[in-house]
Amino acid sequence: MRYAMAIDTKKCVGCSDCVVACQTENNVPIGYCRDWIVEVTDGTYPQLEIELRSERCNHCDNSPCVRCCPTGASHYEAGGIVVVTHHECIGCGACITSCPYDARYSHPEGYVDKCTFCLHRVKKGQQPACVAVCPTKCMYFGDLDDPNSEVSVIMKKRKHKTLIPEAGTKPQVYYLI
Amino acid sequence: MFAENYQISMSNSRRDFIKITSLSAAGLAISGKYLYSAHASQSAQQTLTESAAAEMVRTSTYCEVCFWKCAGWVYKNEDGNIKKIIGNDDDTNCNGRLCPRGTGGVGMYYDEDRLKTPLLRVTGEDGKQTYKEVSWDEALDFVAKKLQQIKAEHGPECTALFTHGSGGHYWGNLLKAFGSTNIAAPSYAQCRGPREVAFLATFGESLDSPEPTDIRDTRCLVLIGSHIGENMHNGQVQEMSDAIDKGAAIITVDPRYSTAASKSKFWLPIKPATDIALLLAWIREIINNNWYDREYVEKYTYGFEELKAYIQPFTAEWAYGITTIKPDQIKESAREMADAAPAVIIHPGRHVTWYGDDTQRLRAVAILNALLGSWGRRGGYYKPEKLDVPEYPHPPFPPVTRNWRMAMGGKYALADLALANGVCDATIPSPELDCNIRGWIVNGTNLVMTLPDKKKTIDAINNLELLVVVDTMPMEITGYADVVLPECTYLERWDDIRVVHGRVPNIALRMPAAEPKYNSKPAYWMAKELSKKMGLEAYFAWEKFEDMLEWQLKEVGSSLEEMKRIGVKNYPRTADDLYFTPGEEIEFSTNTGKIELMSTAFQGEGFDPFPVYTPHMEPPAGFYYLNYGRAPMHTFSRTANNPYLTDLMDENKVWVNPKIAKEWGLKNDQLVYLENQDGIISDFMVKVRVTERVRFDSVYIVHGFGHSDKKLSRAFGKGVSDSQLITRVLVDPIMGGTGMRGNFVTFRFDKESEVKS
Repeated sequence: MRYAMAIDTKKCVGCSDCVVACQTENNVPIGYCRDWIVEVTDGTYPQLEIELRSERCNHCDNSPCVRCCPTGASHYEAGGIVVVTHHECIGCGACITSCPYDARYSHPEGYVDKCTFCLHRVKKGQQPACVAVCPTKCMYFGDLDDPNSEVSVIMKKRKHKTLIPEAGTKPQVYYLI
Repeated sequence: MFAENYQISMSNSRRDFIKITSLSAAGLAISGKYLYSAHASQSAQQTLTESAAAEMVRTSTYCEVCFWKCAGWVYKNEDGNIKKIIGNDDDTNCNGRLCPRGTGGVGMYYDEDRLKTPLLRVTGEDGKQTYKEVSWDEALDFVAKKLQQIKAEHGPECTALFTHGSGGHYWGNLLKAFGSTNIAAPSYAQCRGPREVAFLATFGESLDSPEPTDIRDTRCLVLIGSHIGENMHNGQVQEMSDAIDKGAAIITVDPRYSTAASKSKFWLPIKPATDIALLLAWIREIINNNWYDREYVEKYTYGFEELKAYIQPFTAEWAYGITTIKPDQIKESAREMADAAPAVIIHPGRHVTWYGDDTQRLRAVAILNALLGSWGRRGGYYKPEKLDVPEYPHPPFPPVTRNWRMAMGGKYALADLALANGVCDATIPSPELDCNIRGWIVNGTNLVMTLPDKKKTIDAINNLELLVVVDTMPMEITGYADVVLPECTYLERWDDIRVVHGRVPNIALRMPAAEPKYNSKPAYWMAKELSKKMGLEAYFAWEKFEDMLEWQLKEVGSSLEEMKRIGVKNYPRTADDLYFTPGEEIEFSTNTGKIELMSTAFQGEGFDPFPVYTPHMEPPAGFYYLNYGRAPMHTFSRTANNPYLTDLMDENKVWVNPKIAKEWGLKNDQLVYLENQDGIISDFMVKVRVTERVRFDSVYIVHGFGHSDKKLSRAFGKGVSDSQLITRVLVDPIMGGTGMRGNFVTFRFDKESEVKS
């Protein structure tokens, strides 16, 4: 089993619903976020292109955050989901520095926090909150090892990329382009 | 131009603006992050345990953050605290997916800046006006007494209601029972009015909300200044995404590279204010190339030959000189539409009050749809249906002898709803008016920000004998009120059954998820209590609001018990098909019974029967068209203080093309003032966003920012208000809409002296 997310940049409108849905689902304090939107504009008026991306922890196969965590708080769950056990985290911030995606933040209560792919929902057979709420249905989540999963099917059909592949982290959030 | 007619000296004013004292403890210290950044700074907020663990209770609601009214479920945790709102899967407005504002609706409930208790304007011994906290009884007694006084001295017609949202029905019934039909919503003359009149004149039907556009099945979607995806009209955003999946072509006409433009096959970066020229050229291409739907046009339309003759001068080359869109782009995009027809939508847009010839522009849109045969066709416009939910029985309303129309001096006969700006005008005394309006009830609309020409709105307010403001938040308008009535949020109240038209008739239930916070109350309760004080209680004959809902639901074969369980109920359609059947005989509700390419209604009122392109004023040197629009995480100015939504975007920025930025020496995030053509300088400074996404002759700002009321602790002073800079109002002679895009701005670096590059 290998959980992954594919996000269609052709459909995303950058509305940030995924950000609010994550905040209310996961009690992310206002002023912080586990996911965010990036807008990249290329070209000169009127020859332009925009790429819109909802970004978050990439749940990398080769996660520097897990490797550098001194207490083992950052660890892999089944399906490769990277999770921080809050009560084992000493808030040293090594993982924040090691993450090439800037996907982690220091929670005001002293631990490091980030996207969990909504593990608590996934365990119940639900989609992550961001995927479930997206008005454009531009996000796909599922098991890459299952060739019939929605995410496997869309990845076979469409061109895709990952962010900063040169970091060698083997990210598991894919962008359909 | 009535924008400049009446000036009343402020010194005559008996009404000082009062800042409502904040009753809450220190607000959250929020440092906003913009769309592009990841994590923001410190803020203090209680952290709850992961919501996953607890089984949560859910109650039905429909959203009040915008007019789309998506149905959803409010979830509470084991402590009874509202945690999240999730869309109702059975709701065709949202299909289980709320937009960011709906998801962030929780923030309205938790906003500590909310209005908390009724307030009454009092004058102290020193002559200073302040608000005094009063009981509901005292506040409503005051309102009842003042209304009766206006009725006795001037007649009940000298009162008016301005409204946005659910409460309008109760206040409207109260006002009608009292004897006035002056009920205006800024959503008409400041927003969608022109398109309603244009479609009514063409097809005999207006569009209403949600628009019956069959986007999910379209093959070509044409957006003219409409920025779906930035305006978060949920069902349409969802369907546009579906259409992209199915390979539909999008054509976007916009001087700005909107989000929709970035997803388009054709983006036509038009010169502002020239859309009608493009539309006329498109119509000519489609007629002269025989790309129109001949059978449909012959069977259903009136005036084709006249249109064909009229349209001949408007070549693509002619339009190029006006619009800056190259002839081959005009022709190719016309061909794209024709290839997709009838599964093509030339979208009517929503906020269409731009240049004062808006009804004619929307007529051109309607004509283009008619020529391509998209009205009543799959992938074009479907035939919506709505469930008929009866009104709770009440005595007939008294007849009125005078209404808002009489204050218009016979103008705007084609307007099918009251004009908010007209009612506002009718408040300013004039010898021509036999009934100038003396009492306003303002429900859920921040008129100071909503109506163009703030100064004139305030002049009107200064002539009032009574201003009652009903709102959840201390918006700017509350500071001018005699009485402030704090409404509880939609998460704390019952409201009318939601009845929307759509592909499937349906109803949705809103019930309270929590008790009203503070001393706030639902609008229906206020209207009923007031009716008792005015001897009008027969119009609110139900004991409890739920009893009325139960009665209504029974009438449509449901019950409160059922609706609490399912939230949304879909009904079978009575008409068999969503679309016209081939060869169907149809009588359209126009004078000719046909789709009127040539409008007999307009002709009858002395207006052009075909759309006419009129050149509009261009910006003087150093000035730029002031274009404005929406951001997906905000609804007008009303969400600007919502903690969740300000966290996403807490200010607007002025978008400036890099060439212009270079001329002025402007850098990203540099603060500037904007000054308009009439010398109005923005209250606050605004950050510059240097971007290729905006044309060199215009700037762009998101509407709804630049709040001047300090009680909006997160919104005060953030960004600029476009409304403040819209002082040149171009009134549509056909229906009285207030065109707001005829304003130009320049940059200023300080308020005192002009610094030019």
